[in-house]
Amino acid sequence: MTLASTLVPAAISAEMALTVNGAERRIPAGWTLADLLASLELDARTVVIERNGTILRDRASFAKLELAADDSLEIVHFVGGG
Amino acid sequence: MAHADLISPATLTDPQPFTIAGREFRSRLMVGTGKYASNSQMIEAIEASGAEVVTVAVRRVDLDRSKDEAILHHLDPDQYFLLANTAGCFNAADAIRYARLARAAGFNEWVKLEVIGDQQTLLPDTIGLLEATKTLVGEGFKVLAYTNEDLITALRLEDAGAVAVMPLASPIGSGLGMLNPYAIRTIKQRLSVPVIVDAGVGTASDACIVMEQGVDGILMNTGIAAAQEPVRMAAAMKAAVEAGRNAYLAGRMPRREVAVPSSPTTGMLGS
Repeated sequence: MTLASTLVPAAISAEMALTVNGAERRIPAGWTLADLLASLELDARTVVIERNGTILRDRASFAKLELAADDSLEIVHFVGGG
Repeated sequence: MAHADLISPATLTDPQPFTIAGREFRSRLMVGTGKYASNSQMIEAIEASGAEVVTVAVRRVDLDRSKDEAILHHLDPDQYFLLANTAGCFNAADAIRYARLARAAGFNEWVKLEVIGDQQTLLPDTIGLLEATKTLVGEGFKVLAYTNEDLITALRLEDAGAVAVMPLASPIGSGLGMLNPYAIRTIKQRLSVPVIVDAGVGTASDACIVMEQGVDGILMNTGIAAAQEPVRMAAAMKAAVEAGRNAYLAGRMPRREVAVPSSPTTGMLGS
């Protein structure tokens, strides 16, 4: 840990970029997947999420799952179709 | 009227319940949920159709206005059997990915597998379809494979473990009706798994003729959703599927090139 990072409250303002459904988003560093879903007003039970190509099956883990910079998320759901 | 009650269709049971992969369904008509003017119209039409199996598609959540498209806010998963499709997938890998995402939604492990080979006709890529079928069957999916009306492909899909084969009547959304009844009949005669005709039914008579070939069921979307009055068309399709099934079971009279009188030829007045 550098001197600067101990003196500056970096966590408050630090952001990171990731890709959600093909578009870049900037979110506060340290956000969990549950934080992101809450900010998007999405109910985890109604969506399926793929992170970097892997489907996240355990919805109970979303609150602990910390997102990382450059993550690529796909958030999908069921829509009308034939 | 007592006599009419005795012979009403309600008393004529189907000797063979509509069963796929050991699960019995209450209707041989399966319907899609796309292209409706509103969600309430979709629900009304599905109710009028009597369908139990309804198809849905997997798509990205529109993060800017996500409240509109989500279909499960409108469709009770306890009342209907949700069959996810892989519509829009143009190769096996994409179809497999969509199927896995659909299963992760947690309703069932069934998938209506589409691997499309051509943008203009939306005809299936049967090579990719077979490949995806094998992979998904290996992962425990119940695969209902949307295919063309080719017998050999249908046989290969059955060999690969598909629980139902779904040959098209004509291209998706075309409303052209059944273009090749011979091929559909042949597939039905040769396969052990259910044959469900999917796509191309444009109106009730199309559905009736499809069912008269002896197939196990029909899946349709546009034929209902694109009608001027979708709810009424859904009711017509329900009646047509039942009529066609009964006509098949009843066994049609032979075709003849000459007339055969319906009234006695004896007992005519002398001249």
